[in-house]
Amino acid sequence: MDEKASELSREGREPGEAALAVEAWFVREVLPLEAILMHFLRHNWRDQSDIEDLRQDVYIRVCEAAFKQIPETAKAFVLATARNLLIDRVRRGNVVPIDAVADLDTLGAAIEAPSADQHLIAREELERLQIALDQLPQRCREVVVMRRIEERSGREIATRMGISEATVWEYLADGVLALADILYGEQKPHRRRRP
Amino acid sequence: MSARDIEMRAAAWIARREQAELNSEDVAAFDAWLAESLAHRVAYWRLNAAWSRTKRLAALRAPEDRKSAEAGSHFRRIFGRAAAGVVVIAALSAGTAFLLMRSHTQTFATALGGQRTVKLADGSQIELNTDTVLRLAIDVHSRTVWLDRGEAFFQVRHDASRPFTVISDNRSVTDLGTSFTVRRDATALKIVVVQGRVLFDMAEPTRSPTLLMEGDTAVATTSSLSVTKRTIRQLADDTAWRRGVLVFDRVTLGDAAMEFNRYNREKLVIVDEKVAQRTIGATFPIHDVEQFVDVTQDVLGLHAVKHGDQIVISR
Repeated sequence: MDEKASELSREGREPGEAALAVEAWFVREVLPLEAILMHFLRHNWRDQSDIEDLRQDVYIRVCEAAFKQIPETAKAFVLATARNLLIDRVRRGNVVPIDAVADLDTLGAAIEAPSADQHLIAREELERLQIALDQLPQRCREVVVMRRIEERSGREIATRMGISEATVWEYLADGVLALADILYGEQKPHRRRRP
Repeated sequence: MSARDIEMRAAAWIARREQAELNSEDVAAFDAWLAESLAHRVAYWRLNAAWSRTKRLAALRAPEDRKSAEAGSHFRRIFGRAAAGVVVIAALSAGTAFLLMRSHTQTFATALGGQRTVKLADGSQIELNTDTVLRLAIDVHSRTVWLDRGEAFFQVRHDASRPFTVISDNRSVTDLGTSFTVRRDATALKIVVVQGRVLFDMAEPTRSPTLLMEGDTAVATTSSLSVTKRTIRQLADDTAWRRGVLVFDRVTLGDAAMEFNRYNREKLVIVDEKVAQRTIGATFPIHDVEQFVDVTQDVLGLHAVKHGDQIVISR
């Protein structure tokens, strides 16, 4: 399957099966490392406004590689990819001062750091989700609660909150973004578009 | 395009999918967007994984939340009491068992104009009024509610071994076999004891907890506490919101407008102090601002002008 995938990816498209395998690997092995990855990036890159773009580039690189062959040990691979990306960035950008990459030796420590347990038992997962929910901005949380826990329709949520249905879906989208940051990156959600 | 922009697009697709089943045109557009770049796909995978995880939150559905309560009453009509018992047990195994086993905070909230009933496994019931946020923690030793904002009516199944306490800032109301409302606004905390007794603690070293009896209405600010006795009828008026109405009995227009504004986005504004001091006696559906405005015009001969979300009432 890997061979077939790499062959087709050279033509610019992958068979659905390979994409599914990469997605499954990415969700199961890579996303649980996000907190460690973000920690590593933040500590080794001066301009914090680049961090989200760096994270995306790391993910793209590891998934590109995974389309050819799924790496055996995700953690070492993800962090090595992150380090190479930072080095590339420093080389490429002449204006970036040399100490932008502070201390890449922390790579070893990052690899040693315990990963989030991927096999949380149901109750622990539920608690984690509740904690994440509590951290959402209020309006987002209301929408997510009404949608996910109470299973209300968009129209019902709109009526109850006194907002338009379109706004409900905007809050939901914001909620999805923030939940991913909290659940994977273990970050506080930052305020976005809407107050 | 920054990573954030791509993620926002991916999140919008997920929201779009929640909104309605995607039709074939949408599916084609979505597939095309995914195929555009690996960055799009990775962003979508990540957000979709997070959103899928939240499916598990459905296990937290309050045992007889408003929605299921409606279904429950329907059920009862058809199958009688025995069937209702089955409904409760089924709900228990889904979510409440977890609540009973360990203390964990659950948040319940209503938006402006919203109301919601939460039934607890012990038979107690909390009715949230408009614009309210409260958190609930239940374990084998205690039942605690933090009223972060707004107003709620508590009907408590008394259990001396598991006190039921409502906390607002550092002040607390502990149930002694009762139903009561607690309302928190910017300046004061108001407690209305509809039935039974509660113990109100201001958490001040110089002041011992106050026992409030049936019919007592206590208003506590940071520096004072006043307790008045309400008649049964006044108590019914105070808690009329539970029936979806606002009852004004010799209430000034100013106070009535303020009360309406708690529930509705359209705000009543009365600038003229003389107008604000006039009194009315009437019952209105909570969301029927219109009817209130009609009464001020037709009965009191005042004028109402609408400016966007504001309705200005004047002579």
